[in-house]
Amino acid sequence: MSTALLLVQVLNGLQLGVLLFLIAAGLTLVFGVMDFINLAHGVQYMIGAYLAAMFVAWTGSFWLGLALTLPTALAFGLLLEVLIFRRLYGRDHLDQVLATFGLIIFLNQAVKVLWGAAPLSVPMPELLSGSVRLMDGLLYPVYRLALITVGLCSALGLSLLISKTRVGMLVRAGASNAPMVSALGVDIGRLFMIVFGFGAMLAGFAGAIVAPILSVEPGMGDNLLILTFVVIVIGGIGSIRGAFIAALLVGLIDTLGRAFGPQLLRLMMEPAAANQTGRSLAPMLIYILMAAVLFFRPSGLFPVRQ
Amino acid sequence: MKRTLRSPAVWLFLALALVPLAAKLGAEGYLLSLATRALIFAIAALSLDLILGYGALASFGHAAFLGIGSYAVGILAAHGTGEIVLQLAVAMVAAILFAAATSAVSLRTSGVYYIMSTLAFGQMLYFLGVSLSAYGGDDGMSLAGRSRVLGTAFLESDGALYYVVLGVLVAFYAGARRIMGSRFGRVLSGIRENPVRMRAIGFEPFRYQLVACVIAGCMCAVAGVLLANQTGFVSPAYMTWQRSGELMVMVILGGIGTLWGAILGALAFLVLEEVLSGLTEHWKLILGPLLVMVALSGRGGIAGVVARVQRLFHGRGVR
Amino acid sequence: MSAALLSIEDLHKSYGSLRVTDGVSLAVRAGELHALIGPNGAGKTTLIHQLSGVLPSDSGRVVFDGIDVTAFSLPERVRIGLARSFQITSILPAYSVLENVALAVQARSGSSFRFWLPVADERALNEEAEQRLAEVGLLRRMQDRAGALSHGEKRLLEIAIAIATAPKLLLLDEPLAGLGQEESRATIALLKQLKSRFTIVLVEHDMDAVFALADRVSVLVNGRVLASGTAADIRSHPAVRVAYLGDEEVV
Repeated sequence: MSTALLLVQVLNGLQLGVLLFLIAAGLTLVFGVMDFINLAHGVQYMIGAYLAAMFVAWTGSFWLGLALTLPTALAFGLLLEVLIFRRLYGRDHLDQVLATFGLIIFLNQAVKVLWGAAPLSVPMPELLSGSVRLMDGLLYPVYRLALITVGLCSALGLSLLISKTRVGMLVRAGASNAPMVSALGVDIGRLFMIVFGFGAMLAGFAGAIVAPILSVEPGMGDNLLILTFVVIVIGGIGSIRGAFIAALLVGLIDTLGRAFGPQLLRLMMEPAAANQTGRSLAPMLIYILMAAVLFFRPSGLFPVRQ
Repeated sequence: MKRTLRSPAVWLFLALALVPLAAKLGAEGYLLSLATRALIFAIAALSLDLILGYGALASFGHAAFLGIGSYAVGILAAHGTGEIVLQLAVAMVAAILFAAATSAVSLRTSGVYYIMSTLAFGQMLYFLGVSLSAYGGDDGMSLAGRSRVLGTAFLESDGALYYVVLGVLVAFYAGARRIMGSRFGRVLSGIRENPVRMRAIGFEPFRYQLVACVIAGCMCAVAGVLLANQTGFVSPAYMTWQRSGELMVMVILGGIGTLWGAILGALAFLVLEEVLSGLTEHWKLILGPLLVMVALSGRGGIAGVVARVQRLFHGRGVR
Repeated sequence: MSAALLSIEDLHKSYGSLRVTDGVSLAVRAGELHALIGPNGAGKTTLIHQLSGVLPSDSGRVVFDGIDVTAFSLPERVRIGLARSFQITSILPAYSVLENVALAVQARSGSSFRFWLPVADERALNEEAEQRLAEVGLLRRMQDRAGALSHGEKRLLEIAIAIATAPKLLLLDEPLAGLGQEESRATIALLKQLKSRFTIVLVEHDMDAVFALADRVSVLVNGRVLASGTAADIRSHPAVRVAYLGDEEVV
């Protein structure tokens, strides 16, 4: 196992981590502030990717496409909030599960109808294409480095927004006690809309920026949704800081586990057994992590609500 | 007797008993196969309602037990044992152990943390199944034939399998009703209603919830054994989180906490899937909004609607 | 001197820098009705939570009937005879009044891991539940849904459930809360009857009730016991009058 290989996988893990964070941030806030289980958050991410594919193809420019995607993703999220979600606040979680499950089914099919079932590709922007030499024998794509940078900057920006602005303070207050915030005279409906819209936009943004390196296809949000839930549970619902740490943790452990698991096990057992066990354990690692965290901290690492 | 006749469940079971006759008159074995499959999922949904509806334990990993049951059949068959009695025994023991071990961890959490904890364990079992290349791995494995019943090829007949599945459903339903009316059932429901009050009279919720999860898991594993027989196939796809989600949807659609609602929900979901996909290839565009509307209406699912209609007919009846 | 059934030794509970329970020591004698009074925010309900096991204490001991129950959970304490009622009514609204009480009886009558026989048919449970309901005056409502009861009836149900656990000591957290004149009088009469059967710790704001019922009174202010003695002693205690001035009506 060379340093170069390790570094590549660490960077890949970080990239997955920041991606998960962008999606998880919105989800944890929506859950924390509105107590709303939004299974359809994954399709928000998918819609962002599809919108990016569409706009980039229209305009011929990645940057223009991205610029158009953001407000559209926000508008779409707000549309869903007004039409469906706001009727489900305060309702039983199971009704929310049913509704958002139905939404996933509908939207996964809708994108198939609109754009076909075959995966779409989005061309990488000229500026960020190519690879850079990080060290001897290690070339790493510029775009992926850009992703990591954007993700980390977004995390910083979000944390500043949450901790330094008035809206951020209301969101934090809402996450720990929404009825109280409402009782204090804050327009809780407007706050919910802001939180929801922003979260949807972040998820859409994540989908858009990852589109050039992943295939854009129906159902792409489903498995990422589950990973995202794992992240917010480990981090503690309602906590941005928790989501960030958990996202990086999950991204790194999943990536490194899959890459080096069998190798590490080969130090302890025969190659054949190590391979088999490695292949079984690697995808399970993050779930084992979550179960372990919940065992010691039943409300995640940084719970916001008592 | 009169109260039995009033129970919608009894009418449902009577109707279901007549399905094979309808199958003979009309479409080919396809209708029977669909009905059998629907009833198997009805058993799974029923077992989930026990903990979700009565215990307020929203398990997002319940499909794992379908997997346990199916793999019990598949693995034993692959090693030469096709006897259903043995397969059932192995499936149930495995289910009990898995349910006890995972619930012991999951029940330490609550709310969405509980949901995610059960999901995690379901995923672990799924990935385990995927990695077992000896038993087909991701692709799964076909079964040579149906399980033997005490050495005979009784289950090879589709009609026989259907009635066995129906029999199990009726038996489990009656059993679940019994459990809910027992001391245990009263405590379990009480814990759902007001856990602090239950603790304040001397009940420790954890042990009752654990036992409920074990019972539900065991029932679902039996459904898994039947599923493997019906499809002739064993695959990790039976245990995905989407499958677990579908089971939850079936229970919620039918009306949680009513037991027979879960059965209706499963039947409705699968029949709807079948009917709609016959109408248009984009049937999901109809199913999705339908589920959303059911959720928004908040009328307690299909069972809730039926209860309302019943009250209209019988005047101010009992709840 | 009567033996202490409940002995509270230097109990502490803080939330961050806020000391809610700040070194409370108290002895409740067997057979007495011991009232716990104090201005709002004195920490009375928190103390009840600590005594019943709902909240863990930071330090100190709770000794009940000779047993150190400090580490015991709420169900464990109930099972050895330390029961409570809640300030904010906590019942099972979807169950009938009878079922609510029968469940409390069931909790101490054998195993509840019975899956076959219908519990509604268990005569012994129902008879005992009916007796408890008769004692509080709710027998005529026994088939009704508990959620449909009036506020006053629900408070009575709370008491019925608590005594159905066959306790040695009852922690009653403001049983008169939200009751009108008539209902208060009726409840005070009920408590007078219960006095002879159970040791009671009564948290109350209603001074009429306190001085009509209490054998001894302890005054809690800012998480500490300001004074403890007979009702007459407390009435004339200068520090107590000061503590209450401007806060509550002093009798």
